[in-house]
Parts: sequence; C-alpha cells; structure tokens
Amino acid sequence: MSASSHTILNLPDQSTAQLPRKNFINAEHGLLSWLLTGDHKRIAILYLISITFFFFIGGAFAGLIRLELLTPQPDLVSSDTYNKFFTMHGIIMIFLFLVPSVPATLGNFLIPMMIGARDLAFPKINLLSWYLYVVGGILTLTALVLGGVDTGWTFTAPLSTHYLNTHVITTASAIFVAGFSSIFTGLNFIVTIHRMRCPGMTWFRMPLFVWAHYAASILMVLGTPVVAITLVLVILERLVGIGVFDPTKGGDPLLFQHLFWFYSHPAVYIMILPGMGVISEVVSTFSRKRVFGYTAVAFSSVAIALFGFFVWEHHMFIMGVSNYSALVFSLLTMLVAVPSAIKIFNWCFTLQQGSITFETPMLYAFGFMGLFTIGGLTGVFLGSLGMDIQLTETYFIVAHFHFVMVGGMLMAFLSGVHFWWPKMTGRMYSEALSKLAAVVTFIGFVLTFMPQFVLGYLGMPRRYHAYPQEFQVLNVLSTAGATVLGVGYLMPMLYLAWSLKYGAIAGDNPWQATGLEWQTQSPPLTENFPEIPIMDHEAYDYEWLEHKTAQEVTHVG
Amino acid sequence: MDSAIATTHVDSPGPGAVEQQHEHVVLPQHRHHFATEEQQRESGSFGMWLFLLTEIMFFGGLFFAYLLFRNWYYDAFVAASNTLNIGMGAANTAILITSGFFMALGVWAAEVRKKNLLVLFLVLTTVFGCAFLGVKYFEYKEKFELHHVPGASFDVSQFIHPPVDANTGKPVGNPLPPDAAQKTQMFFFLYFAMTGMHALHMIIGIGLLFWLLARAQRGDFTAGYVAPIENFGLYWHFVDIVWIFLFPLLYLINRHPLAH
Amino acid sequence: MAHEPQHVEQHFHDAANVTNPEHAEHHVVSPAQYALVFATLLACTALTVFAADINLGVFNPIIALAIASFKGVIVILFFMHVKYQSHLIKTTVAVGFFMFLVLVTMTLSDYISRAWGLW
Repeated sequence: MSASSHTILNLPDQSTAQLPRKNFINAEHGLLSWLLTGDHKRIAILYLISITFFFFIGGAFAGLIRLELLTPQPDLVSSDTYNKFFTMHGIIMIFLFLVPSVPATLGNFLIPMMIGARDLAFPKINLLSWYLYVVGGILTLTALVLGGVDTGWTFTAPLSTHYLNTHVITTASAIFVAGFSSIFTGLNFIVTIHRMRCPGMTWFRMPLFVWAHYAASILMVLGTPVVAITLVLVILERLVGIGVFDPTKGGDPLLFQHLFWFYSHPAVYIMILPGMGVISEVVSTFSRKRVFGYTAVAFSSVAIALFGFFVWEHHMFIMGVSNYSALVFSLLTMLVAVPSAIKIFNWCFTLQQGSITFETPMLYAFGFMGLFTIGGLTGVFLGSLGMDIQLTETYFIVAHFHFVMVGGMLMAFLSGVHFWWPKMTGRMYSEALSKLAAVVTFIGFVLTFMPQFVLGYLGMPRRYHAYPQEFQVLNVLSTAGATVLGVGYLMPMLYLAWSLKYGAIAGDNPWQATGLEWQTQSPPLTENFPEIPIMDHEAYDYEWLEHKTAQEVTHVG
Repeated sequence: MDSAIATTHVDSPGPGAVEQQHEHVVLPQHRHHFATEEQQRESGSFGMWLFLLTEIMFFGGLFFAYLLFRNWYYDAFVAASNTLNIGMGAANTAILITSGFFMALGVWAAEVRKKNLLVLFLVLTTVFGCAFLGVKYFEYKEKFELHHVPGASFDVSQFIHPPVDANTGKPVGNPLPPDAAQKTQMFFFLYFAMTGMHALHMIIGIGLLFWLLARAQRGDFTAGYVAPIENFGLYWHFVDIVWIFLFPLLYLINRHPLAH
Repeated sequence: MAHEPQHVEQHFHDAANVTNPEHAEHHVVSPAQYALVFATLLACTALTVFAADINLGVFNPIIALAIASFKGVIVILFFMHVKYQSHLIKTTVAVGFFMFLVLVTMTLSDYISRAWGLW
C-alpha cells in the first residue's frame, strides 16, 4: 500500500454535490415512522443500531475474560462469575450479533435492490423479525441483570437442566424468541429471491451476495426450529423435571447435544455464508473483474448449506457417541471444507490479473481471506478424530472458531459496512482513519488469537479461569492483542458516526461497482427505484458499466 | 436510467410506473411491492409452506426423542400406551379429520365466492376443533386422576402389579420390574409434551379461525381475495397431519402385550 | 439501461418470465373430491385401529406408520392442493420431509451403532 496507490474511489464534485432531496431517510419523519416501518432499508438500519449495541456488551464480556486471564491465578472473579462471563459473551455474540449481522443489516438493505425489487416479499414480517430480535435481546439483558447464566453458550445438559440455579430459563426463552427472528428473516429472503426478481434477472445473473444469503436462509429456516424445540425441552426439564436428558430417569444427555448441534453447526454457516457473499462483491469491485467461476461460487454456497446439515456430530466426538458414527461424521466434515475452499480459490483467481486497489473494504477482505483460511484449515484438523481428542475443549478450539468468526465473519461484516456505507447513508467516511482501523484490527486480532492456537495444543483447557504458570506469557500476549482489537473496533464507531454529518457526499456509485443497487441514488428512494429495472447483462459486467458511465450526463450545462 | 437525473423520474414516472398504478386499481388487496396479484398470492403460499417446514423440524425433535425412548424402553412404553383410551384417541382422529374436511370446503367456498357457505364451513371447522380440544381435556383429566402425570404424584404401582381385567380375568399387561416401571414416566412425558405442543398449535389455530370468521362475515374473502383462507388452511391441515402421526405412535404401540 | 417500450395491456412485460416462472394453473378442487378424500381418511383411521388389534408382531408398527403416511400424503396432495401446485411448492414439501429424515436417520446412526446395551 504505497502512498501513491491508485484508488477507484470516484466522488462527485464536492463543491456542488448534495444529498438527494428525497430518500428513504427523510421520506417520513418521527420515531413511529421508523418503529412501524415496512421499508426494508429502515429495518436494516434499526437492526444495525441494535446489533452494534449488543456487540459492545458482548465485547465488554470478552474484555473481562481476557482481564481475568492475565494472571494464572483465579484472582479477579470467582469461578461462577467467570463462567457467566464466557457464557454471556458467547450467547450475545452468536445469537444477538453474528447470526443477524450481515443478513439482517446488509441483507435486508440490499437484497431487494440487488434483484431489482421494491421491497422484500413480506415487509410486515420483516418488522416482526426485528421486534422478535429486540424481545430476545431484552430477555437476555434481563437474565444478565438478574444475575446471568453460567452454562456456557452450549447449554449442555445435564449441567443446564439439573446442576445450576442460574437464569437458564430466561436465557433459553431469549434465544427461542431470537431464533424466530432469524427464521422469519430467512423465510422472507427465500420467497423474495424466488419470486421477486426483476425482469431479466435470472438466477445466474444475481450477485453472489444474493446466492450466499439464499443458502444461509435455507439453513435458518430448516435448522433453527430444532434448537427451538431443544430449548423448550430444556425449559420443561427444569420446570417440571421430567428426564429426557436425565440419565437417572432414563434420559440421554447426548440427545440434547444431538438436537442442539443439529442447529448449531448449520448456525456457523448461517453466520459465515453472508460474509462470504460480501467478500465476493468486494473482491470483484476492487479488482475491477468479474468473480472467477461464478457458477462454482454460487453452487458452493448451496453445497455448504446442504453439507452443513450433515456434520454436527463433530462437536460431540469425545462425548460418548459411537465410534462408527464418529467415523462417518469425520469424513463428512472433511467434505464440507471443500466448497469453502472452492470459494477461496475462486476469489484468488478473481484477483489474478485484476486491477487491484486497497480501499478499506478490500483491506478487510484480504484480512478475511487470510484469516478464514487459517481458521478453516484448523477446522479440518479438528475434524480428524485423533487430533480432535487432543485438541477439543482446549484453546485450540477457541482460536479456531474465533479465526473463522471474528477474523472471518466480523471482518466480512466490517468490509460490507464500509463498502455499502456510502450507499446507505450517502456519505463517505475518512479513508485514512478507516484504513488505519482495518490494520489495527488485523494486528490486534492476530495478536489475540494466534497465541491461543499454541495454548490449545499445549493443553490449556477452555472455559477455565485458572491455568498453569507456564501459559502466562501467551495469555498476556492474547490480552494485549484484545486491547488493540478493541481499539480497532471502536474506531469505526467514531469515524462512521462523524461521517453522517461531515462526511463527503458519496454520490450514486463511488466505488464504480456493477450491482443494481449502485445504479440509483445514495441514499436510495423508499421505493428503491423510480422504475423497476430490467436486467439485460450478466453480473459483474464491468464493460457494461463502462459503456453506461460513458453515456451518462454528469454535468448540466 | 442515468443516475444523475434519476431523482427527477419520481415526479414524471416512466412507463413502468404507470403499470404499477394500473395494477393498484384492479385489486384492493394488491400490495405495492408486488408486480402482480398472482405474484403476491404465490409468494404468500410459498411463504406459508416455508413456515410449515419450520414446524416439521420443530416437531421433528420431539418425534426423534419419542423414537429413541420407545426403542430403549419398549415394554414400559407398551404398558403406558395401553392405559390411553383408544376410543377417545380414534374419535379425536376422526374429529380432526372432519375439521380438516370442512376447512378444505371453506377454501372451496371462498374460491367460488359463496360467503354464507364459507362462514358455515369455518364455523364447523372451529366447532370440530374445539370438540377435539374438549376430548383432549377429558383425556388429560383421566390421566391426572389415574396418577399418570409424570412428577411427584406419579403412581408406578399399576405397572409393577398390573390390575386384572374384569372381562378376561387376565392382567391387562405384563408386570414390569420397578426400574422399567419408572420408565413409563418417560412415555407420559412425551405424551404430554407432544400432544400438548399439538394442542397449543390447535388453540392458536382456533384463535386465528375466530379472526378469519369475523372477516369472512364481512365478505373480505369472497371477492377474489382467498389467500388468508388458503394459507390458514395449509396451517390447519399441517396440524391435522401431526395428529395423524401422533395417534398410532402414542395409542397403538402394541395392543397385544401379553402375546409377545 | 435501454428498455423497450412497455405495453399496458396486461401486466408488465417480463421477457424471461422471471417474476412467475413457476406459473401453475389455478385449479379449484371440487367438494366431491374433498369428500372422497375425507371418506378415505376415515376409512384408514378405522383400518389402523383394527390392524392394531390384530397381532402381526413386528409388522404392527410398520403397518401403522404406512397407513399414517398414506393419510398424510393424501391430505398434502388434496386438502393442501399440492397436487395442483407448481414444482417449487412440490420441491419445498419434499425438502421438508427430507430434512426431517436427515435429522432422524443421522442421529439414529449414533444410537444404533453404540457398543453398549440399550438399543
């Protein structure tokens, strides 16, 4: 990234540029017009605000965890409290941040625009989805304020059903409600994508962002109900004491785990697939080149969704499942890595011979590609039975999933927010600050989580707040990294908020991208397009864009 | 659609926008974000089917738990199942099927725009639905009286020493050892959980039926707008199908326990 | 984006028939057909009760589930109109049952192959 690097950023002449007179933000006024809206774009903004709120609460818990782990002794808090830290961190980050992050914010905002529709199929259900999310969030905060829950985000029975007296029922209810938020979002996307594409928008002309969300939506609709019934059973077991999961009454704790992970493994694909959709868009735009192997990337999204349903038992290898089923699931786990790898290869080939520039979204995308690859590969290690017996329930697992979820998904989310921020707000943020934040985040991330791989294979267990003295150096490094990471995440809050008032006017298409959403004003009209567009070119068609911009009127008189 | 002048198009709509306004006049239920009423109707139906898929997976967890414990504790499940009143169960199955039949007729009535028939069929659907719940109430009450509700009041003694049938002079089932007799609680828990979850869905359905009745009486669904009736019908039939499977699985496990 | 003039005669011109590619004729099922299905369902209910009273050993549950599945299928095809719906709806229904089967069989694969006691 030399100082003289070329940029594709193309802002209108700031001396005369103005925000569009009429857009979805100023179309109606008043709080109720936002709280009772049917406009997918407004709902997306509501989600963005809510998930950011929960992100910082989850992040605070992460900070507390790392603070305790600075020293080998359990000296900051008691073990029960420490258990509450990592439980709340996990629950909030997974269910209230990662699962809705890209789909509910960027997906809600962009999918109708990308396919040339006026809104999602069911705007009222979209709003209901947000309210369910808020209720789930409030219930979680209630559990938190009442004293928290310490089961771990995985609610493993019989710990959660019999041996704890913390607020399991409240939290389980919270996740139950938030789960329906996710289901309705997915349902809306599937119907919209099947039924509301504009004329000419065939399946294979859609942006890959839409394919990724379609695949994730299938997972949301089919997987989430299973965790819903599981939570109901946990609640009933606590309330009425029946014994589906209680060995003393003839139940099986592993039944809980089977039903729980049947959702929770597809959940990780629900989290990552939309992020991969973002990366497809960003990598294409900032290499000025269509995504290499469009069909392969599209089908790999669906393949990840399909195979993602067949691998859940790899979370249970040491829990007492039969060896034969463990073999089968281990093999299937190897297979599920293939479509993800296909995507990485395709993005790399997109970059090859492309005209690459390093704006902030692209920095985050590069971060994603590297860190997700590492995280994904370590997942393959964990999928092999012998390795898993050694590494499971250690910090290796913690590092693995943070690499894919934070180094992967969170970076993709930030990439997407930075990419579509000018579209959503009409404003551009400070490029220098955002690039700095991206680099700080990357450095902080590697410093936080790379030592954890080492800690894991050296044998430090997860979910313990005390550890042997010899692990301290690595833990201190990790905590130091967490501080840097925190700074990296705080910075966007500041400069993005600043940009809302003082940022440069972005214009319709500051990144010169090809999607339909970029061919209309920023921020968009409430009805998205003055007329329904007709799609007469392939996706990522930069020649079409060049031809179109050459013919455009940019100055009057 | 040049971006620089796109904003002015709002004031002077192009040909595409004119069609949209043309559509608005035709059908009152047509929402603005759909291009055609047909698209709206098919989207609504597709959306309802996707919701039913979530319900399949939701009940699926319970069905799996049933499958597992039935095979682990077969004898206990047989003994417990045979305490259920098969007459009530079969009657309830017939009642719910009848309710579904009237719901299907209701959809037909809405499509041929016969308002009074639609209201009649919706009323009959509701009546039979309530009848189902009424029978269920008596079944639950009997279970409570016989101390078959799992928990502190559960009575295992009749499974350890089965009572003698007055007609045949033989015990109604095989005596179970005490630990197996305890497993009958698992059957009853699953019985109450599955039929209870099913009943909850019925109650929600009946609530929706009252709302639909009110609107049907106003004539909302006999002027070409059939979608809510159709989509509710899908939900109601799904709840019916769940019961169609629950009945043999819970009531008809093994009516000949003494023979084998 | 050049577009040809659109005619107002019907709906808007959708060259690739993208908005409704799965167009299915709107078929109204007659009450007679419903009555036939209804009678079949009641008959099957009676059949399953009588079959349960006959001792067929291991075939009892198989027959019971077979009859229940048949009932479910005719409810889906006729009461829920799936027989007359688009390929999309038919595929959706199939996917639902497929996923249920995945849940059951793959979880069973663990329980069935355990080396210890209970299965």
